[in-house]
Amino acid sequence: MKLTKDQVKKVAKLANLPLSEAEEEESAEQLSKILDYIDQLEKVDTRGVEPTYNVTGNENVMREDEIGESLSAEDALKNASKTKDGFFVTKGVFESE
Amino acid sequence: MYKPVIGLEVHVELNTKSKMFCNCSADYFGKKPNTHTCPVCLGLPGALPFINKQAIEGCLKIGLALNCTPAEESLFERKNYFYPDLAKGFQTSQYRWPLSVKGWIDIEDKSGEKKRIRINRAHQEEDTAKLMHQLGNSKTQETSNNENITGIDFNRSGVPLVEIVTEPDFTDSSQIRDYAKKLQQIFRYLGVSNADMERGDMRLEANVSVREVGNEKWDVRTGKLPPYRVELKNINSFRFMVAAVEYEIKRQIELLEAGRDDELRQETRGWDENKKITYVQRSKEEAHDYRYFPEPDLPEFRVQSSEFRIDDIKKGMPELPWMKAERFVKELGLKISDAKILTEETELADIFEKLVKIGREKEIEPKVLANYVVNQKIDLLNKDPNQIIDDIKSKSVGIISDEEELDKVCREVIDENGGLVQFYKRSLIPSGDEIKKGNPNMLNVLIGGVMRKTQGKANAGLVRKILEKLLNG
Repeated sequence: MKLTKDQVKKVAKLANLPLSEAEEEESAEQLSKILDYIDQLEKVDTRGVEPTYNVTGNENVMREDEIGESLSAEDALKNASKTKDGFFVTKGVFESE
Repeated sequence: MYKPVIGLEVHVELNTKSKMFCNCSADYFGKKPNTHTCPVCLGLPGALPFINKQAIEGCLKIGLALNCTPAEESLFERKNYFYPDLAKGFQTSQYRWPLSVKGWIDIEDKSGEKKRIRINRAHQEEDTAKLMHQLGNSKTQETSNNENITGIDFNRSGVPLVEIVTEPDFTDSSQIRDYAKKLQQIFRYLGVSNADMERGDMRLEANVSVREVGNEKWDVRTGKLPPYRVELKNINSFRFMVAAVEYEIKRQIELLEAGRDDELRQETRGWDENKKITYVQRSKEEAHDYRYFPEPDLPEFRVQSSEFRIDDIKKGMPELPWMKAERFVKELGLKISDAKILTEETELADIFEKLVKIGREKEIEPKVLANYVVNQKIDLLNKDPNQIIDDIKSKSVGIISDEEELDKVCREVIDENGGLVQFYKRSLIPSGDEIKKGNPNMLNVLIGGVMRKTQGKANAGLVRKILEKLLNG
């Protein structure tokens, strides 16, 4: 299956990845190959097989509502490229929250 | 003729101690930014979520109160999108396998007319981080720093959130208010959320379109809805939501009437309170491609399983407001209007019941108490119940002790119950006192007659004396 350039652009946008024109070409080729690879699964006969969403077989595993330790604000912010007054900082987004 | 077609989505934050998928405190309001975080709610790579049981129970309780069916099988899914309020790149939510499905709730307008709203689902998800726009860019600093930045506080990230989605059953804006108020009351009765709109505990979103009456292309009953839908979002009060919906209905009808159908689009609009208009926040087509898929890091639920004991959750449900009101009418003899007011909040209802108990010892009828509390707008939360009873006693508020008035009513009752009065008179026997004694059951029936005529406000002891004086001589 060959992905069109428009499809690649859409996927890149959804993934929030800025791609150059050359990268778009390259990604189209690579993603198409991946899809072909995955398409091999189509050959498997899955009649009568229930869909599986979780491979552990666990069900209803939950914890009690108890408060544990959190990170200090200092540790939480340690790897941020930009901070201010205890906040992580990013480029302004204008959509009101 | 056009008719609005409106569906509502309500988000409510649960008041659990810890977050949905980690042990961080969920009490974020007014706290220092980024002090309630861990690798899970910061969305750090490799962190694994762990489901909060009490949150799931809260979500199921909400579903049960809304007459939903708990799903046989439920699981979490990833809702994928990029926005700074979501560090993982997806929100852990539910889409195809919600916890509770297919319910309904009856709302009532001011005249008491009922309308049934169908509930599509109640599902569990997590709240996002809080964004602060143009942080530190106050007016005084504007000249030195006009860079637009957004600050992110992850304290709210991962707080349990329940989303309740209705079918498009609302046909006017007042129903939205009635519904939202009813949900708020249910959340508070269940004790699962404070449901404070201003704090953002409870948020409303409305999907509004209008259809032409008789246009069979768009018919709610056949599931054929208008081909567009305007989503009203980020509105933090009941009043503004009602105003926004009203404006939107008007705007859409005007466009349809002018033949400008093509300007009606799938889009998200907000409410500008100053200008009293709705405005476009984003057009929907490109924004909504969430590519949901099952969350592989979280196990599935079998809601009807033994671990869950859904029957225990059902048994643990409190008496809901409309049930309480009905009981007040049936057992305490209150007027339905008083019963509704007294059951608006669960705390008030509890205090009133305490009051009834004390009142009983002092021979004050629940109905008299209810009348007094409602009419005098007594602040039950801040007044000692004993004091209220004493006030009623001393002022005899609402109780008729006027002998002349009661004498008149007693005579009416005697006239209306000729047969009974004759039997009563025959039952009189000399008691040694001046006044003879008659059959007490028959006398009680007559006292009851006086009570009915005075809506239970007559001073019962006095009525007895007057009747005996009139009949026993």
